[in-house]
Amino acid sequence: MNRLPLDPSLAPPGTRTFRDAGGIPADQWRADQDGETLVPTHCCFCGVQCGMYLRVDKGGKVFGVEPRNHDINRMRLCPKGINAYQQINHPDRLTAPLLRRSRDEPFREVSWEEALDHTADEVRRIQAAHGNDAFGLLGGASLFSEKTYLVGKFARVALKSRHVDYNGRLCMVSAAGANKLAFGIDRAANPFSDILLTDCLLIAGSNVGECFPVMTQYVWGARDRGASLIVVDPRETAIARTADIHVALKPGTDSAFFNALLHVVIKEELDDEAYVGAHTTGWEEVRDKAMEYPPERAAEICGVPASQIVEVARTFARAPKAMAWHARGIEHHSQGVENCLSVINLCAATGNLGKPGAGYGTITGQGNGQGGREHGQKADLLPGGRSIMNAEHRRQICEIWGIEESELPPAGTSMMEMVHQMRRQEIRGLIGICNNPFVSLPNYSTVKEGYDTLEFHAQFDFFLSETAANAHVVFPVTTWAEDEGVMANAEARVVKHNKAQEPPAGVRTDTWVICQLAQRLGAGDKFAFAGSREVFDELRRASAGTVNDYYGITYQRLEETGGIAWPCPSTDHPGTPRLFEDGRTAHPDGRIHMQVVEWHPPVDPYDDEHPLSLTTGRTVAHFLSGNQTRRLGALVEQTPRPWVEIHPSHGFRNGDPVRVVTRRGSEVFPALVTEAIRPDTVFIPYHWPVPTAANALTIDALDPRSKIPEYKVCACRIEPGDRIAEVPAPPTAPGHVAYPAAQVSRTDPLPPTSPQGRGTAERG
Amino acid sequence: MMGRTIFIDPGRCIGCQACVSACRECDSHRGKSMIHLDYPDEGHSVASLPTVCMHCEDPVAPCAEVCPADAILVTADGVVQQADTTRCIGCANCVNACPFGVPKIDLQAKLQMKCNLCYDRTAYGLAPMCATVCPTGALFYGTVEELRAERPGVQVADSFTFGDVVVSTGVAMVVPADKVQWPVPGGLPIVEVNGRTVR
Repeated sequence: MNRLPLDPSLAPPGTRTFRDAGGIPADQWRADQDGETLVPTHCCFCGVQCGMYLRVDKGGKVFGVEPRNHDINRMRLCPKGINAYQQINHPDRLTAPLLRRSRDEPFREVSWEEALDHTADEVRRIQAAHGNDAFGLLGGASLFSEKTYLVGKFARVALKSRHVDYNGRLCMVSAAGANKLAFGIDRAANPFSDILLTDCLLIAGSNVGECFPVMTQYVWGARDRGASLIVVDPRETAIARTADIHVALKPGTDSAFFNALLHVVIKEELDDEAYVGAHTTGWEEVRDKAMEYPPERAAEICGVPASQIVEVARTFARAPKAMAWHARGIEHHSQGVENCLSVINLCAATGNLGKPGAGYGTITGQGNGQGGREHGQKADLLPGGRSIMNAEHRRQICEIWGIEESELPPAGTSMMEMVHQMRRQEIRGLIGICNNPFVSLPNYSTVKEGYDTLEFHAQFDFFLSETAANAHVVFPVTTWAEDEGVMANAEARVVKHNKAQEPPAGVRTDTWVICQLAQRLGAGDKFAFAGSREVFDELRRASAGTVNDYYGITYQRLEETGGIAWPCPSTDHPGTPRLFEDGRTAHPDGRIHMQVVEWHPPVDPYDDEHPLSLTTGRTVAHFLSGNQTRRLGALVEQTPRPWVEIHPSHGFRNGDPVRVVTRRGSEVFPALVTEAIRPDTVFIPYHWPVPTAANALTIDALDPRSKIPEYKVCACRIEPGDRIAEVPAPPTAPGHVAYPAAQVSRTDPLPPTSPQGRGTAERG
Repeated sequence: MMGRTIFIDPGRCIGCQACVSACRECDSHRGKSMIHLDYPDEGHSVASLPTVCMHCEDPVAPCAEVCPADAILVTADGVVQQADTTRCIGCANCVNACPFGVPKIDLQAKLQMKCNLCYDRTAYGLAPMCATVCPTGALFYGTVEELRAERPGVQVADSFTFGDVVVSTGVAMVVPADKVQWPVPGGLPIVEVNGRTVR
């Protein structure tokens, strides 16, 4: 195809010229309205799980998207959702298994038989020489719940290994751990719609506008009805900009702040004594600890005025109904669980639980971040959220799986810990399923070393991720639109995704691949599943009677209702959108177990060489490691490259190369100078591979309980840099070439000041 | 009173560009977006607002008035259509005439393109694609009564000044309730003409 180059100098004066949309080039765009069908489904990306229709042409191919009036999103979609369909028939799709015997060789396309046989041989070889636990499995939270169930079962029954974990470990496990400790149940307490009913909405560590844009309609709805909006974030995000109170605290100081709020509540007698007396345990100890955090002390730790702390406490506690929602900003810390517990303590002390418009929620990052851990994919969990170390729970699951209890391995280790085990050669073989740790894990050089030490590494994915490009075997699997299955969104509402088109030739479902591998490993009788429906039926039975009860949820009910919140113990049960309405938690005593929280400084200490805080986060156009979104031209154009956001007081100008140095390494980013960030803090969006990766700089310190990495704070310094590195194009399989248009903006040396609206352009 | 139209509420815009992507997906423009996002407070805050065609009513569509090829049609219901492909000569007069900086020229096709209020959708009673998907309601499609039912007490404006000229528009802006002032000052002050300061 001949395309004339667009020469801006030819444009008439004052003309705005088009920039190419990338992805699907404008002249290849088609709208085949004759005979098209609309398939109802949900977005594959974040934990909001917006309903959408995929437009399917007469030939059975997805070619577009149409908004859907689903209860969650009421037609609304964010740019990720609108562009998601473009990846289904993208030319980068993997369409044949790839294999190489060593990392020095190029990949060659092989048959499914050869790829599966070779993988099974390698599993047997490594396990025979070094024991079953020398082979590990890492799953993903973008998988349907049926597949996450299969991942957990495959690791324990077919691999017989204790080492299984998932990338939800990098997402909301701190919130999950805190919820489990306090309430005995791991999910948000309220549906999104309750936000519309609240009088005071506190959002902590969540850039709702960029990470969960469709949720903003609930926030604005609350604001329209007169609710106070409090945002706790080191940066002035779109939500913070319009908040009644924006607390721009220093990264890593959240629990000191929340303890101080509790201090003010207690001192001014704004706590709900009746509620606390009737529904909680541990209040005495929590109260004593809170008294050690007067606002003046917290103000010094957090770098915000004491008067603001008092104002927030009064606004929250005096509101008739108040809610607190939080996300990775307070969870990605070496004290992530404590941060979440300190929020729960505030809600419990003020009696804000179990009522319309009063409660708490954690905003899930990944599409199935909630459901992804409920059915046994996490190192310490069995299906139904059962503990793998609990004898009774083990017996129940072994009965369903048809194995002896002695055959079921104990708990394994977390994702980052597994990387260290790879470096020590305790884990020598690994299968990764739809995850991209080369981009998503902190401290890149350690991660690379771990994976390079592996004797054998296989990956499942539908694009060749940076991690898959380093593997020995790559299995090409389906997208969300080529299979059916369920996901649980941030409200714990289970929704069903429907199949919109047949997978491309050569592509198989994850379910098929897992079952084939299990067969070759001698466990075929335990994995005789034809598809998602059969797996879901076993999952329902495996969760029956637990806190995470899915038994009453069926595909048919999901299609009729548009989603059911668990627990749902019987097929005539309406589901449970709001928890604790009867005042009882999931603990046997029915009470909230309040936990004492002590603030600790972040693990990486500040000193004269590293005086600033480096914090990281997402941008609206990119999702997780970017393996999907960095291939869609419209989204690439919106955020072509990462930048470093710094305060004007450092003396840099927009676009200047700035070297950011931490104790793990250094990289050069273009400066984006803005007053919307604290002077002692710098921010880098963390979705890009080296040499443009914030995760080459971040620390792999873990929360001792949740084992979540401390992405949100480490010590750094900034200095003038030399050359700004180009963003590498995403890897592709041999013979696959990405659209050149999608690459257009990638070498642009300037940060997207105008697209993001944060830079100090030269002002007249 | 204004009928069913787009209301722009900058106070709700989060700069996500869902409108830009959605416009690219609608069937009107075949893969090209007719919306751009403006940043009125760049470097100081993340404030942003979407710009769509305002569908000027009085004077009727300056872009259409200056078109030498009579390529821009204004329909009876006040929608200013994009240029007729069989007539447009790509001269960019419309670009220079528009007080809101909306029309764009496709250099390859020598064709002007602009928002036509998703005529392919609105003609069938659907909302324009941008206002349908806008995650925050910064773009709202409906009547002012429907807007007020959802956002009690909201104030809107549909006339803007550019120097001495007042332009009334078919599309309306939400303005802060405590700063109601009609017409709303529009455009940027002219500071330089041919290299000469005129401020």
